[in-house]
Amino acid sequence: MPKVTIDGKEIEVEAGTNLIEAARRLGIEIPHYCYHPGLSIAGQCRLCMVDIEKTPRPTIACNTQAADGMVVHTESDRVIETRKSMMEFHLVNHPLDCPVCDQAGECWLQIYYMKHGLYDPRMVDEKVHKPKAVPLGPNVILDAERCILCSRCVRFCDEITKTGELGIFNRGDHSELGLFPGAELHNKYAGNVVDICPVGALTDRDFRFQVRVWYLDTAKSICPGCARGCNIEIHVNRRRPHHAEGRRVARLKPRFNPDVNTWWMCDEGRYGFKFVDDPDRLTRPWRRDGDAVSELTWDEAVAATAQALGEAAPAGVGIIASPKMANEDLFAVRRLARRLGVTRVAFRVPPAAPGYEDDFLIRADKNPNTRGAELIGLDGDAAAVLADAGAGRLRCLLVFGHDLFDSAWPESQVANALRGAATVIFIGSNGNRTSALAHDVLPAATWAERDGTFTNFQGRVQRFRPAVEPLAGTLPEWDIIGRILGLLGDPPGATRPVHWFRDLAQEVPAFAGMTYQTIGDTGLMIAEQAVAATR
Amino acid sequence: MAETILMRNFGRPQSHTLAAYREHGGYRAWDKARAMEAAALVDEVKKSNLRGLGGAGFPTGTKWSFIPKNHTGPVYLVVNADEGEPGTFKDRYLLERDPHALIEGMLIAARAIRSAVGFVYIRGEYVEPWRRFSAAVKEAYDAGYLGQGFDVVVHRGAGAYICGEETGLISSLEGKKGWPKLKPPFPAIKGAFGHPTIVNNVETLCCVPPIIERGAAWFAELGSKTQGGTRMYSVSGRVQRPGVYETPVSVTLRQLIYDHAGGVSATGRLKAVVPGGGSAAILTADEIDVTMDVDGLKAAGSMIGSAGVIVMDESASIPEALMVLARFYAHESCGQCTPCRESTGWIYKMLHRLLEGHGRKEDLDTILDVARRGAGTTICAFYDGAVGPYISYIEKFRSEFDALIRK
Repeated sequence: MPKVTIDGKEIEVEAGTNLIEAARRLGIEIPHYCYHPGLSIAGQCRLCMVDIEKTPRPTIACNTQAADGMVVHTESDRVIETRKSMMEFHLVNHPLDCPVCDQAGECWLQIYYMKHGLYDPRMVDEKVHKPKAVPLGPNVILDAERCILCSRCVRFCDEITKTGELGIFNRGDHSELGLFPGAELHNKYAGNVVDICPVGALTDRDFRFQVRVWYLDTAKSICPGCARGCNIEIHVNRRRPHHAEGRRVARLKPRFNPDVNTWWMCDEGRYGFKFVDDPDRLTRPWRRDGDAVSELTWDEAVAATAQALGEAAPAGVGIIASPKMANEDLFAVRRLARRLGVTRVAFRVPPAAPGYEDDFLIRADKNPNTRGAELIGLDGDAAAVLADAGAGRLRCLLVFGHDLFDSAWPESQVANALRGAATVIFIGSNGNRTSALAHDVLPAATWAERDGTFTNFQGRVQRFRPAVEPLAGTLPEWDIIGRILGLLGDPPGATRPVHWFRDLAQEVPAFAGMTYQTIGDTGLMIAEQAVAATR
Repeated sequence: MAETILMRNFGRPQSHTLAAYREHGGYRAWDKARAMEAAALVDEVKKSNLRGLGGAGFPTGTKWSFIPKNHTGPVYLVVNADEGEPGTFKDRYLLERDPHALIEGMLIAARAIRSAVGFVYIRGEYVEPWRRFSAAVKEAYDAGYLGQGFDVVVHRGAGAYICGEETGLISSLEGKKGWPKLKPPFPAIKGAFGHPTIVNNVETLCCVPPIIERGAAWFAELGSKTQGGTRMYSVSGRVQRPGVYETPVSVTLRQLIYDHAGGVSATGRLKAVVPGGGSAAILTADEIDVTMDVDGLKAAGSMIGSAGVIVMDESASIPEALMVLARFYAHESCGQCTPCRESTGWIYKMLHRLLEGHGRKEDLDTILDVARRGAGTTICAFYDGAVGPYISYIEKFRSEFDALIRK
């Protein structure tokens, strides 16, 4: 493996590693625009110039592989002067409209100019004018004047999605990013071009003008949109709620995880967070008696639920948990079922239509935690639970989150089941046709509002963190179940998700030895041997 | 006058036909080359001191030897017939008047680099050269020179100067936008369609048959110490007899202008000369006693480039000439890398403003500084080709520019 010296620090890297990556490992940032580790090397921006000893002039770091004995300087006078020149060139035709640009605050032109600017604007002539505010597709909008023509977005559509919608047209300083005739930037991953655009050329139609980025707070999380569990950041606006009419979750951004999603996420996941701030959120427990609906306090609701379950258990209770719930919640469900002796526990509701799947990130299973629910042992026959309810064999049916009508089951069968059980209890975050027919409704917090873990289809246990507070009147499922268990006589114990996970790791072999700390930011694989042993 | 080699057939009737070409010894070199090993052909061309005549002046035999020895897949020969350097029109003559010389040169080169396919990338505006050359290719197929282990594909460009840059040409040939490619990898390692590729200029390949037929030593002897043979100089501008002149490369610029092209026309007083196509630094009237080979002009701070000689008499406006050239570079920059894309346009705007009478006193220094800052920072040689004129025109004729600002 070649050993290089960068700014006096030596590092050994795998053959083929370029100088930007080698320097990155040493904590040295070589400024660049067009280089992206997930894309082919373009070498267009010319910003990543470094001095290599025994080389006559500065060389681009992105296209230079570390070679044994190479001595590199990233901060020599010549390199710094070259960087300043490149920054000046990048800004010759840039509109400098930062005050009205959505990228301001996270723009790499701003960031690098602060450090490497010439601070002596010499361009006094008319700039080249290009199209502005051009919708490229449903999610992305282009300002061609701000574009620095780094071609990252073009390469993304050529190399990652292989859809090739974008091109750079014309020549010289009239070069312009655009769509090929008849094309629309509407592929399943189009939103990623906004993330990789280093400037304000491509912005997000959903996010733009909602809030200035410096007001955003972030939380590391996991996308709940499918069984892949792409690592993400949730960006929330808590500081200027009036800027976005109370919309708290501003946007989701992919977070690098080499084993799950690398740098990317799909658009369905990216824009799939709207339910968090949707008007259909359930925000207080209530009871429906015929057409009369009365609000309950949480104490009343928990007590009523505990009583209904206790009276019907074990034979008269059916539980349909959800693979959208966290491992901690599902483990609480398992404890509840065991406490009551209930055996009719399931989570798998067949989807109304098969989910879209591709060979990249998107999985057909639109649930983030199917694997977790399987491992925790809740994989009973949901259709049988439904049939039992329909046949009047259940006095109490507990449904988590699902709209049972939105499934492959015939509507009449679902309606029959919901009518057949004396008490239908719904615990979930958003209202639906099932919650509308439930007798007792207990509102839950969403994944963005709480701590927890999902187990993705690969068996990777990944942690998500709260980005915002739970909406007033809502509680995480583990908390709701914990309160019920308390009334049913369970000794007080798990009062935080970390406690539930500790108990889960102790009791379910697949999770043995895991803690929130060891799961960290990028997740941990379940113990396959332990899983095999229990089969 | 010395013997002409490249233009030997130009004056003959129907010189572009196979019959005429063969009548005067055509394809004899190929007959000889067929009996030679590839390595011997490369060696012969190396010894001839033939240097690329498209612009860069790289030793041709050495270039050929860069094809990986143990390579087993396809190897391509690409002919750069995208003659676009301002002031250059020699390849056009060859394609129109002696297309079989190129085909014969290609056959020999292909044997030397073990290539089974040659692509000829002809400048889009060259309609007649394309017709003539395509007809010659057909004749060569019919006569069995082509199609027996070596095929020729003729490809027309679409009007972009940058496609004369060898990797820009390869991109265009591959059906992509004509953007030059990052080096490394060099084309000889990974060129057209990902395979080892040698790109040679038309005139360069036309030198190959005479080298094989008459020997490397003879060819080397014709030229200077570091460059063998003769070459074709395109002479234009204010001369009595503009045209293409073939002479040994040891000719001086003065001889070319006064002995070959008949001297300066218009006012009759020489002001400046561009010696090697638009991208060469300009020479003043006092600087024309230079030999017109690669090293002679390098020593004079300019370059022989494509040997396009543009002569300006006293009546020419140097600022205007530079503005026209700057407009050309701004128009033709492919836009791929930032320094070239942005500064060619910027410099043109400054020059244009200057000529419109709105020059500021700092403009000239800004142009020089911008040009220097971008020099040597780009993917291809295009921008360095623009920098030569930007700097030399202003530095050598500064007073003419200053006069415009004071107005």
